[in-house]
Amino acid sequence: MKSTDLNKLLNSELTTKIKESSIENDELLIDVEINNLHSVLLFLKTDIKFKFKQLIDIVAVDYPNNEKRFKIYYLLLSHENNIRIKISITFNIDEKIPSITKIYPSANWMEREVFDMYGIKFKNHPDLRRILTDYNFKGFPLRKDFPLTGFNEVRYSEKEKKVIYESVKLEQNYRDFDFDSPWEGTKYLENLKLKTKNE
Amino acid sequence: MSKQKKTMNLNFGPQHPAAHGVLRLILELDGEVVEKADPHIGLLHRGTEKLIEHKTYIQALPYFDRLDYVAPMNQEHAFALATEKLLKIEVPIRAQYLRVIFCEIGRILSHLLNVTTQALDVGALTPSLWGFEERETLMTFYERASGSRLHANYFRTGGVHQDIPKNLLIDIEKFCEKFPKTIDDLENLLTDNRIFKQRNVDIGIVSKQDAISHSFSGVMLRGSGVAWDLRKSQTYECYEELDFKIPIGKNGDCYDRYLCRMEEMRESVKIIQQCLRKIPIGPIKTIDGKISPPKKEDLKESMEALIHHFKLFTEGYRVPKGDVYCSVEAPKGEFGVHLTSDGSNKPYRCKIRAPGFSHLQAMDYLIRGHMLADVPAVLGSLDIVFGEVDR
Repeated sequence: MKSTDLNKLLNSELTTKIKESSIENDELLIDVEINNLHSVLLFLKTDIKFKFKQLIDIVAVDYPNNEKRFKIYYLLLSHENNIRIKISITFNIDEKIPSITKIYPSANWMEREVFDMYGIKFKNHPDLRRILTDYNFKGFPLRKDFPLTGFNEVRYSEKEKKVIYESVKLEQNYRDFDFDSPWEGTKYLENLKLKTKNE
Repeated sequence: MSKQKKTMNLNFGPQHPAAHGVLRLILELDGEVVEKADPHIGLLHRGTEKLIEHKTYIQALPYFDRLDYVAPMNQEHAFALATEKLLKIEVPIRAQYLRVIFCEIGRILSHLLNVTTQALDVGALTPSLWGFEERETLMTFYERASGSRLHANYFRTGGVHQDIPKNLLIDIEKFCEKFPKTIDDLENLLTDNRIFKQRNVDIGIVSKQDAISHSFSGVMLRGSGVAWDLRKSQTYECYEELDFKIPIGKNGDCYDRYLCRMEEMRESVKIIQQCLRKIPIGPIKTIDGKISPPKKEDLKESMEALIHHFKLFTEGYRVPKGDVYCSVEAPKGEFGVHLTSDGSNKPYRCKIRAPGFSHLQAMDYLIRGHMLADVPAVLGSLDIVFGEVDR
């Protein structure tokens, strides 16, 4: 089945539950409301036409400037029909996302990872603990406002004879270079212009 | 009167040779029977995904070597394919063949390590000595092509970094003739070995349904009898033109997975041999100067080449906006990259889908009700490498 056919078929089956569907790079992406997420996934898994029985991954993306900050993609695969699909939801941090561990048991760790990295909470998750970061870690590292260098570093202290945590001390700040084309006006030039204007 | 059940908690790892890295497994034991297993992972978490967000596409590639460090180029492949899909560029045929050759070498590297260390875990020392000798040879091939034995950094968006040295293909061919004999030797030691069978047959059985619902892929899925291999079903690169078989297990136990791996190595050798016969002469990366760097000798004379070189190694190339998911059949299963680009020279978000992550997740399901001594056997057959699980 091709993405376009799948798109047509899905649109006729799910109709109003689909907020938007698009095909990009041969991949079908379906945007749904959070309330419909559970029913859509359950339908895709159980319906004999689709049989999306495997959850490949859950991908969260942070867009701090958007009105709805987070976006989650659910990547599904159907072995029988040899097709893939992406389901996406967008939401704000105060919203709780329904856990899909009941539908796909393998979502357990994937949701834990999303929680660990972004602080997104899942409703009815059996065991929502941090997974990849250190014990007692604070903050959500994959959010865009989390610095690359982090806040704490560890070392073995010869004096105390144990591993201790200290806040990060850098000899030189991490530098993100500005790669805007000089012909289109770079940020530092704009800042300079603004400065002279204000003076 | 009911007998009160007493369970004991046991910390398996993080420093345990059979944990295959830094796995901390908290086991709840009733006598010698495992009641519950809670894997604690993340001890090797290096924040690869965060780091990639701060690197240009060229700089991001070497991070993929450090995920599953026993088959580095297979990982690079997924990232290269993802960027190519976004950039919509074609890869020259010679580069495709080179990639396939090195990916299959990676598969042999990984399976050799897994099979032999699994044997080591259940008590056989010799296979690992024999297997590692062959791995050494294979890593010299890596070295001759890329300059380093492990962290190759050889694949590029649009091709590979450089053409291979003159006699490399001949030497790989020699290896391919010799290597099936080594597989035979290993099989002689293991396949009918009484102890090896006692430790592996009917241990860690996964049914077809469970393998799918636990997001298994690769050998873990095929061992349970699901005929699924991305090289066949969602073919990429030049796999379409190659003739190879996909070994499939029947019982879904550790022993079947071992057999699958052995058979896959033989198939990989066949793939490499076909590639060696078919590989044409030609360019090894895309000729688009905005993506692949110019030749060193051009830098001395061509102003344009000099500009391209400077721009590529400072700014890198910009990748059109959009997101894409690309996956390859890595030795351990489906290794995927979900790349989100915002049109700049750095990935906005790069989610890495590691097969080992979902395999390890099923540890609790696999080991429940088994004996403590089966833990290393099951863990061994999962083919866990912590570089990719923890990322």
